[in-house]
Amino acid sequence: MNQKIRVVIAKPGLDGHDRGAKVIARALRDAGMEVIYTGLRQTPEHIVAAALQEDADVIGLSILSGAHMHICPRVMELLHQNGLDDVMVVVGGIIPDVDIPKLNVIGVRGIFLPGTPMQEIVDFITKNARSRVGSV
Amino acid sequence: MKSAPSGPAIEKAFTTISGRPIERLYTPEDIAQLDYARDLADPGAFPYTRGIHPTGYHGKPWTMRQFAGFGTPEETNQRYTQLLEAGGTGLSVAFDLPTLMGRDPDDALSLGEVGKCGVSVASLADMETLFSGIDLGAITTSMTINSPASMIFAMYLVVAEKQGVSWQTLSGTLQNDILKEFIAQKEYIYPPRPSMRLITDIFAFCMEQVPKWNTISVSGYHIREAGATAAQELAFTLRDGIEYVQYGVDAGLDVDAFAPRISFFFNAHSDFFEEIAKYRAARRIWAHVMRERFKASNPRSWQLRFHTQTAGVSLTAQQPYNNVVRTALQAMAGVLGGTQSLHTNSLDEALALPTAEAATLALRTQQIIAHETGVADIVDPLGGSYFVERLTRDLEAEALAYFDTIDRMGGMVEAVERGYPQKEIAESAYRFQQAVESREQLIVGVNDFVAVGERPIVTLYIDESVGEKQVRQLVQLRATRDNARVERALNALKAGAAGVENTMPLLIEAVRAYATVGEMCNALREVWGEYEESPVI
Repeated sequence: MNQKIRVVIAKPGLDGHDRGAKVIARALRDAGMEVIYTGLRQTPEHIVAAALQEDADVIGLSILSGAHMHICPRVMELLHQNGLDDVMVVVGGIIPDVDIPKLNVIGVRGIFLPGTPMQEIVDFITKNARSRVGSV
Repeated sequence: MKSAPSGPAIEKAFTTISGRPIERLYTPEDIAQLDYARDLADPGAFPYTRGIHPTGYHGKPWTMRQFAGFGTPEETNQRYTQLLEAGGTGLSVAFDLPTLMGRDPDDALSLGEVGKCGVSVASLADMETLFSGIDLGAITTSMTINSPASMIFAMYLVVAEKQGVSWQTLSGTLQNDILKEFIAQKEYIYPPRPSMRLITDIFAFCMEQVPKWNTISVSGYHIREAGATAAQELAFTLRDGIEYVQYGVDAGLDVDAFAPRISFFFNAHSDFFEEIAKYRAARRIWAHVMRERFKASNPRSWQLRFHTQTAGVSLTAQQPYNNVVRTALQAMAGVLGGTQSLHTNSLDEALALPTAEAATLALRTQQIIAHETGVADIVDPLGGSYFVERLTRDLEAEALAYFDTIDRMGGMVEAVERGYPQKEIAESAYRFQQAVESREQLIVGVNDFVAVGERPIVTLYIDESVGEKQVRQLVQLRATRDNARVERALNALKAGAAGVENTMPLLIEAVRAYATVGEMCNALREVWGEYEESPVI
């Protein structure tokens, strides 16, 4: 039985600046998680389909372009429609302070701004991801 | 001989920010092999290590070129007017992501992105507004656009035509560097080979029609921002330059007819001396490459001209005023390295696009360096420094080793297709992040000297009305233009792209008919398809 936390790292929107997404994907993998990196320009539909197919516990979205208030609500809505409410969504990137409470309200659990240590993200996911004990 | 340090033994290994080991002291031994006439020479003489102009900044100061663009063309036009009034000497256009990716504001993929990271330009109508009241004959404009470079350049040419400014006198720079998009920034549309053809079409077109235009700005900036070391930035950028020259020559162009219009764009990161050495090494390598590899005989083909931007990636969201200091020091390295033009970042750019106040302070930083510090009065003031000369030589050697590796793969296009530079950069980015985590690399305000209870600063917020406004204007444009003419122009473009005809005149005709960026890019998508990378982590 594999109890590794499974994380889909995705880069939605038109932006191609993938340094952060790739660095965090490697950090999570080095911390013992199973990481699936979707690559660039994924629509919310692609991302949720990947989460479903990969049996993901966590979706990590990297967004720097300012499009987060369009992308995140759509991802949350699609997760709900697919019965994936227990998949934790975290966001990393440039998110203005005023938008943080709005993202929390729709169910985004963790928001990691520039300068966040990788270890803080690893710890957050380890502590808050759904338990895989009992799953097949 | 180097003497042993008399003080207490120092255990810590010192490295540059790129991880290059650094000794305590450099001495004449480090430059024993250096031959002044062969390796350095006076500024203005081959191999131009010390600079391309004999008079340095006495003859011509660097261009203070601040990259700007946000929201609608009207808003950005106001920012340009303000920058020119504040003493800016050139414009530099930042486009939004839909424009950079060749998508119209009403494309489903543009949702939430219009006007956010730059100005939205969908058609000639937007370009006319962007430069309204600005005489294109009196300024130089740099445009940061890559995959749709030909389309945006065609728009600029038609605006000039409408202002009555001759293309023969028009001057400015097109970034037009697709290889670094595949390598680092990832704003590509078409596969590498048709993308390279668009670029050689621009080379050929400008030789005849727009002779003073800098057709490409081969960019290390984004490669560095993606995590490359100084040596990787130097190596991959110059190897990209080699690829463009090779493709131009292979397209039948005379090297000395197009190479003088090739320019470069480097990062100014925080490691002061390593950056200065990087610019000096770049000039020396390029001079040799052009003279020996390509047998260019025009000295202007040998001379590497470059723009510099301070390192966006070094800016911190924490204690943002510290960024003013970082930027000033980085800008100083660019000037001591002999840059032809410079952009200084604003203090708030780790948080948002800059406010007008922050952008003005960034410009003032350059003006203080130029007019108060005296550093620009001497050409290559660090030339002859044991340390800087040694670093220059070491960086050069490291870049040449990368050239060999990439040559063995068949060239940069082939290396990109195998993900080689992408992998090298991802490795360096991860190593740097680990150094930050372990606090081997300190970042003031982030992993040391942290402040509690910081008050947030005021930042620029782009609201959603920009997208709505741009979409409304687009709907109106499509209803009022001559759509039959647009259709004809797009069909001619597709036919030309499928054959060997130069695409520039075809795009200019489409622009005159008010075809949109998305329509022109889609026409070429139909012919060439879209590129998708296999991601490497």
